[in-house]
Amino acid sequence: MRERSALAIIVAQIFVASLMIALFGRLFYLQIADGPRYQQAALDIQSRDIVTPALRGLIVDSEGEPLAANKAGLMVTADRSVLDREEDKGKSVLNRVAQVLELDPNDVYVRTRLCGELPKEEQNGCWNGNRYQPIPITKDANEAQVLKLLERSDVFPGINAEPVSIRSYPSLFGERGTHVLGYIGPVTEGDLNNEEGKRYYRNELIGKAGMEYVYDEELRGTPGVRTVIVNYKESVTRESRNIAPISGNHLVLNINARLQAVVERELKSSVLRARSNGYRGDAGAAVVTDLNGRVLAMASYPDYDLNIWENGITVKQAKELYSEASGVPALSRAVQGVFAPASTFKVVSLSAAVAANYSLKTSYDCPATVQIGDRTFKNFDSKAAGKISMTTAMAISCDSIWYQIAYDEWVRDGGLKPKSNPNDHFFKMAAGFGVGKKTGIDLPSEQKGRLPNREWKLAWYEDNKDFYCNYEKRAKKSQRTAYLIEIARENCLDGDKVRAGDMVNFSIGQGDVLMTPIQMAVMYGAIANGGQLMEPMVARAVVSPTNKVLKEFEPKVTGELPISRPTLKFLQNSLRAVVTNGTATGAFSGLRTEVSGKTGTGQVFGLNLDGSAKDDTSWFASYAPTKNPKFVVVMMVSQGGFGASTSGLGVRRIYEDIFGEGGKKAIFPTGPSSRIPAINSSLVSRS
Amino acid sequence: MKSAMTNNRSERRRFLSGSDPVLNIAVLLLSILGIILVYAATRDWFAANDQDPEYYLKRQIINVVIGIALAYGATLVDYRVLRAYTPILWGIGVLGLTAVLIPGLGSVVNGARSWISLPGGFQIQPAELAKITIIVGMALILSERESGEKGPSDRQVLYSLIVAAVPIFLIVLQPDLGTVLIISAAVVSIIAISGARLRWVVGLLIVGVTGAYIAVATGEVSDYQLNRLRSFIDPYADPQASGYQLRQARITIGSGGLLGKGLFDGPQTNGRFVPEQQTDFIFTVSGEELGFLGSSFILFLYTVILMRGFSIAKRTNDLFGRLVTMGVVAWFSFQIFQNIGMTMGLMPMTGVPLPFLSYGGSSMFANMIAIGLLQNVYQRTR
Repeated sequence: MRERSALAIIVAQIFVASLMIALFGRLFYLQIADGPRYQQAALDIQSRDIVTPALRGLIVDSEGEPLAANKAGLMVTADRSVLDREEDKGKSVLNRVAQVLELDPNDVYVRTRLCGELPKEEQNGCWNGNRYQPIPITKDANEAQVLKLLERSDVFPGINAEPVSIRSYPSLFGERGTHVLGYIGPVTEGDLNNEEGKRYYRNELIGKAGMEYVYDEELRGTPGVRTVIVNYKESVTRESRNIAPISGNHLVLNINARLQAVVERELKSSVLRARSNGYRGDAGAAVVTDLNGRVLAMASYPDYDLNIWENGITVKQAKELYSEASGVPALSRAVQGVFAPASTFKVVSLSAAVAANYSLKTSYDCPATVQIGDRTFKNFDSKAAGKISMTTAMAISCDSIWYQIAYDEWVRDGGLKPKSNPNDHFFKMAAGFGVGKKTGIDLPSEQKGRLPNREWKLAWYEDNKDFYCNYEKRAKKSQRTAYLIEIARENCLDGDKVRAGDMVNFSIGQGDVLMTPIQMAVMYGAIANGGQLMEPMVARAVVSPTNKVLKEFEPKVTGELPISRPTLKFLQNSLRAVVTNGTATGAFSGLRTEVSGKTGTGQVFGLNLDGSAKDDTSWFASYAPTKNPKFVVVMMVSQGGFGASTSGLGVRRIYEDIFGEGGKKAIFPTGPSSRIPAINSSLVSRS
Repeated sequence: MKSAMTNNRSERRRFLSGSDPVLNIAVLLLSILGIILVYAATRDWFAANDQDPEYYLKRQIINVVIGIALAYGATLVDYRVLRAYTPILWGIGVLGLTAVLIPGLGSVVNGARSWISLPGGFQIQPAELAKITIIVGMALILSERESGEKGPSDRQVLYSLIVAAVPIFLIVLQPDLGTVLIISAAVVSIIAISGARLRWVVGLLIVGVTGAYIAVATGEVSDYQLNRLRSFIDPYADPQASGYQLRQARITIGSGGLLGKGLFDGPQTNGRFVPEQQTDFIFTVSGEELGFLGSSFILFLYTVILMRGFSIAKRTNDLFGRLVTMGVVAWFSFQIFQNIGMTMGLMPMTGVPLPFLSYGGSSMFANMIAIGLLQNVYQRTR
């Protein structure tokens, strides 16, 4: 008995000792081996960051006039975690709120939905942020409305209100600056997980487009963070740090608000003029720069009032921004729209001809048509001009001269069996003028257009040969006409090569070549400034809230036109001749300021939504004054008809405002301002 | 009898001199640490809610003082004399456990009807004191020997099991399964040490496992308890309830590191992220504020107490004393392991207090009486 009992005690003792060792081991694991992980977890449990967004910096024009400011607003928000607990998921609460705020109940409903909660086609106006932040219903409520909502929290559960600073675009001179300024919006999950390593807080508003997007980090400032230690009831026990927000810096633009208003107005009236002349006139763009590439004004039509974003965008407004029927107002045609440059491109062709040793001093025949292979290429208005100088050829915009030169050069390069090292004067000259390359403007999503050279052709063929070589199987029934089948057959046969027709079209800026209006402005700016391709700049400087200049953006040369001085001089003279003695003479008659420029009327293939054929693209690219150029003005009206009568006239009116003609007051009596304006910071909180 | 009385009087003069000093010091240190930790667990919270921050501190001091008095009292009478009163003690225990089940008398805390409210805001938990009566009662029966027998007869084992089964059954009704678990561990240990046939031990283990299975299968175990078990297996299954509690406890201990955040300076403790932190989860306070060093010291003190228990059991030649001692050691071991293991995620959640550290009168009194019994056996072993 003794032995058994004693043995049992020893067994028990060993067992108990091992229990204690197990506890000790576990303690070591939790506190020492895995301690850091638990310390972090504890910190997550105990501390809360309360983020106060910094006051966003102003965006001002070259004279210091505010283009984007902040004003006081009253924000009404919905707390989804409360609303979702209601029996009807808060629908009736939101309806009552809509009634008080005099808003459309459906708008209010959609605004409080996360975008992912709605089917794709109903996402217009949805909340781009997340569920755990108060979702704004409006930032523009009045005090009476807010009182009504807050007094009856039993009727309006989950509805709160607080004063906020809202971004406003005051349009002091009637300008909108839609596509230049951009807008701000809530941080999305995508922003939070961005790959550039930018750090955002959930309740911040960040730039989503335009200047607001590109210079967001400067404008946004540093949000204030107050870290508090909380208990399990989420009540604050103490403060562990409190960093005050640092206001964002101001952004000074090269844009001049007065000129911007003029350019927007003239672009719109040019579009409307085109429409009254029977053209579709669906869109347009206009750009004014100085010779250093500073963008003094930039407009795209159609545009919209940027204030809709902060005032609470309605479903209808959100839908319209991207709808084809309303002309996709969200799209900035000046940097994102690509169009055939048409005759404005002839400055490239002339330079290419010089490079190919065509003399600028001899005369060339400008026939009504040119036969190339089995195709007949017509002069623009199918008229012959006889033997004319190159200057006249530019002035009256003869096409047929270029057909012949381009064809001859194409043959010289080997035609359909190209030499291994072709001259490609036209392609190389176009590249030298910046065609097919982004200008580097400080605006998002710039398009590079298209330079349809041999490499592009090859790549295009790889992508499309299956379609064209099996055209009768692949194409829609309506597209199986004899003509289209023949084209498909040709494309299948030698679509990988630059054909004579491609070359001929290219020489007059037609066919596959595409340019953005900003590329056009850079190109004509280079002709005006002696041959330098400048990087267009919208922003001028970053200025601190205490008016210290922190950063100044200096002009940047991105390339030199690959042409000689005499050729440049010749080009400049030709462009003057266009206005004095050519296609733009009528549009500019009576203007005292000497303008040099080029019209362009581009044919567009393809159909509108309603099935009608597309109208011509109207271009006018110019600079002035001719003798001592200070400004580059480019206008393009999509489906706007003739270059001169639509865009040429619009550009003329812009010059009238710039130089103070036609009874108008000069915007720049002494040229663009060269100093950085002082910023009136009291504007920051002006309501 | 007369000489025994004189003996007692002379021992009283010597006070603690006849007792095991190491055991006394360990218990005293733990009790003081317990007072401090209970204070740390409640101070900030009570102050923040405009209540007396020393409310728990004062009450726990009283608990410890009464406990020490009870422990001392338990050493006064020779434990062998105590045997005579065992049936009465047992009867009182069963009465208490019955009373607690009567609605109006017993109050419900955390789903179990375990407490009897007394006037003056006091409460007692009969199950704590029942632990002692079960141990002493079983030891009494199992230590009787016919001359020449090596171990207790089957009938003795059966009687001793009945002695245990009645209070256990009443505790199951509360239900307080944590206490049932710990008492069962003590019961099996006592029977194993008593020299009973091995088949009893094996049989009891089988009955225990089967019983647990049936309890779960027939729904005798409430959803509340099942959830606790589930959240032990997967702490994220029910983040708001017991899984939350266990995860918070683990994070709180883990965040203490080597040296801890300092006494009274634990943000987890002061934020009261761990519920019940002055009672069942008191070890999280030590983990966070005293760190690995302080908490290891607590484990060390427990180990000292348990090992002293083993050595007392080995030293005594008296079977009754040995069984009582081993019953107490088994009880303490399982309760310590269950409680600390629970806070560190080694054991599922059950509501048992940590001996000497957790706030509470009944458990403190029971623990102290048990220590008194160990000292009683120690003093009377020559």
